[in-house]
Amino acid sequence: MEEKIEKHTIAVLVDNEPGVLARVIGLFSGRGYNIESLTVAEVNNADHLSRITLVTSGTRMVVEQIKAQLDRLVPVHKVHDLTDEGPSVERELALVKVAGTGEKRIEALRLADIFKAKVVDATLTSFVFELTGTTAEVDDFVGLMAQLGLVEASRTGVVAMSKGAAGF
Amino acid sequence: MSEQKLTGAQIVIKALKDQGVDIIFGYPGGAVLPIYDALFQQNDIKHILVRHEQAAVHAAEGYARSTGKVGCVLVTSGPGATNAVTGLLDALCDSIPIVCLSGQVPTHLIGNDAFQEADTTGITRPCTKHNYLVKDVNQLARTLHEAFYVARSGRPGPVVVDLPKDVQFADGIYVPPTEVKHKTYRPQVKPEIARVEEAIELIASAKRPIFYTGGGVINAGPFAAKLLTQFVKTTGFPITSTLMGLGAFPASDQQWLGMLGMHGTYEANLAMYNCDVMINIGARFDDRVTGKLSEFAPGSKKIHVDIDPSSINKNVAVDIPIVGDCGAVLEDMLRLWKAKQKRADQTALKAWWGQIEGWRARNCLNYNRTESVIKPQYALERLREALRGKDHYITTEVGQHQMWAAQFLPFDQPNRWMTSGGLGTMGYGLPAAIGAQLAHPDAIVVDVSGEASFLMNMQEIGTAVQYRAPVKIFILNNKYMGMVRQWQELLHGSRYSQSYSEALPDFVKLAEAWGCVGLRATKVEEVDQVIQKMLEVTDRPVIVDIAVDEKENCFPMIPGGKAHNEILLGPDDSPSDATPEDGMVLV
Ligand SMILES: Cc1cc2nc3c(=O)[nH]c(=O)nc-3n(C[C@H](O)[C@H](O)[C@H](O)COP(=O)(O)OP(=O)(O)OC[C@H]3O[C@@H](n4cnc5c(N)ncnc54)[C@H](O)[C@@H]3O)c2cc1C
Ligand SMILES: Cc1ncc(C[n+]2csc(CCOP(=O)(O)OP(=O)(O)O)c2C)c(N)n1
Ligand SMILES: [Mg+2]
Repeated sequence: MEEKIEKHTIAVLVDNEPGVLARVIGLFSGRGYNIESLTVAEVNNADHLSRITLVTSGTRMVVEQIKAQLDRLVPVHKVHDLTDEGPSVERELALVKVAGTGEKRIEALRLADIFKAKVVDATLTSFVFELTGTTAEVDDFVGLMAQLGLVEASRTGVVAMSKGAAGF
Repeated sequence: MSEQKLTGAQIVIKALKDQGVDIIFGYPGGAVLPIYDALFQQNDIKHILVRHEQAAVHAAEGYARSTGKVGCVLVTSGPGATNAVTGLLDALCDSIPIVCLSGQVPTHLIGNDAFQEADTTGITRPCTKHNYLVKDVNQLARTLHEAFYVARSGRPGPVVVDLPKDVQFADGIYVPPTEVKHKTYRPQVKPEIARVEEAIELIASAKRPIFYTGGGVINAGPFAAKLLTQFVKTTGFPITSTLMGLGAFPASDQQWLGMLGMHGTYEANLAMYNCDVMINIGARFDDRVTGKLSEFAPGSKKIHVDIDPSSINKNVAVDIPIVGDCGAVLEDMLRLWKAKQKRADQTALKAWWGQIEGWRARNCLNYNRTESVIKPQYALERLREALRGKDHYITTEVGQHQMWAAQFLPFDQPNRWMTSGGLGTMGYGLPAAIGAQLAHPDAIVVDVSGEASFLMNMQEIGTAVQYRAPVKIFILNNKYMGMVRQWQELLHGSRYSQSYSEALPDFVKLAEAWGCVGLRATKVEEVDQVIQKMLEVTDRPVIVDIAVDEKENCFPMIPGGKAHNEILLGPDDSPSDATPEDGMVLV
């Protein structure tokens, strides 16, 4: 029985306490699950809650297992499978450094404009662009810059949220 | 009320008392001296000095499993904590509630490679249900109460609380355990009633049903075992159990098919293979039980009751998952079964039992009853007879003797059988026996042991002597790591690489050196007498060396990667074909 591999974006609300990220990452490495991207930051300062967004892939059974395993970690409040639970928005932020002069530099700037990337640093020979978009958009932009003097890219990984009024 | 300040060490003692701890198993060292000092100045908690920290955890497991309470452990930093790791993982694998307190270097030295510093929370993270590092003395009491709550709630497990030495000295405020409303960890105890109703319908429609029960019933407590027995009696269905669930249903009952799995009975395994409805109560579809997954009970609908959602659909996809405590679910099942006036399909059930009796008639646990050498099975049969009607607890080490004990010793009550199932830790049985004995001073506690396993934690004889724990160490001495030899025979052309127990001590003299009683049987006719003598000793440990057949193998056996119906019944039963390569790699 060949089982389909599915890609899921999962949001996890956790107590922001020491070791919590290690627990989540240890779970994935220890049990051999994939992490395609993982982002984390405190979202509620008063209650010390952090939100982890992770993108993972596996068969349906493995994805269900991942969610159950996350949910049984003691500092985890909630686990939401945004992929399963209906429409959601997903965004990544990237900083992309491009160096060059002349035609390539102008082309880079032109493309940045098309992608609605912001220039956050400029020298006579370089730019740092800030781009927000879907993973695919960021991939495209970085791919194009590779031909125009890409020095480095730094990406946040995916953050995501369900559409509509309902919250976490 | 003015809040009284206590030192961290005093807070620890007070919290343990308030959590009902009467015995703690431990070993001192620099990083826990303040706690040892506080222990010295009180009489409510008895400290049991083990000889190795691994054994402290196993002893606490034996205590916990035989009482249903949380087992408690105290170890020092660095090597004390790392020695405890095997025990912690053992408790995690078998869902045993343990709270282990470890000393740590003072907070300002953490991360400096200080003397006897170990990243204890880092090391134990994957071997515990949860762990804590307490850096603030005012969080200490709350954290300790929470640790006990986490250890015993839901699926039980070990919890480590790492305590820097400065926190043990610091003054802080004690808070008593309140009704814990943990902000995140609230396991589901009550099942969804709609699911239970679905299950009842399926159970009532079954033609070839079987109960497959596990350690979860034991975890749920004696009341759950009673409900299970009632429900099984009400339905008239056959029942089998995993190694961890033995004793939840009385083995002396006709509906009992014996243990299932790799070394389970022929009738239990074939009934699983051929069933149409499987009712799994608190078992986790372990690979030792399922065998080849694609041929596991191929024609069956499955109900799975488990308190841990991550156990459900992990290895085997089921039709009706029920998340909840076995006791709560069984209560609902029984109630609904009666309220809906359900009755099993008697004609189908009669035919099913006819088939099962046919398998049972193969008498799969039969062995060659020779007079020339003591068969390990014979020794256990005699032990069984000698223990009949007596208040007793059995622990085991790991190996063939463990499987024979599971097959030949009857368990009619829960919490009487302690064995390392998930991790399979040689050296578990002796300390676990000591823990069980200290919890039940007047009962007979026997560690069914192998000569190799015994050597792994035999230093604990010292502990047993010190506390006058009259544990019986019943060594089935086959001069081999028998289980390893058996696999080498089956899979590696009988090349017995490193599996011979060379340079064994004289176990009788060893016993005497410790001031224990040492006994030996080398002939069949000596077995009864030795067992009798063993049971007469009540004031000190006994080591019994039974010289058993060196070449006996444990059957039935389902070779790795095979299905239940490919079970081997004895040495003349050769595998249907050579073990396939994908089976060879399995453990
Ligand atoms: C040498 C060797 C050979 C072995 N051979 C066999 C064999 O032939 N047959 C065999 O059966 N085993 C065998 N084992 C043991 C095996 O490895 C597993 O440990 C065992 O099968 C697991 O038992 P279990 O499924 O009952 O699960 P356990 O490990 O006891 O787990 C209990 C399950 O119940 C759940 N649970 C816990 N508390 C509750 C509650 N209150 N309510 C509801 N659910 C709860 C848990 O979440 C878990 O899923 C062998 C071990 C060794 C070392
Ligand atoms: C700590 C540990 N090391 C290794 C093993 C692998 N192992 C499983 S059974 C066994 C042999 C046990 O020999 P013995 O105690 O004499 O029991 P027997 O099988 O002979 O009854 C070994 C080495 C284990 N289970 N635990
Ligand atoms: Mg042996």
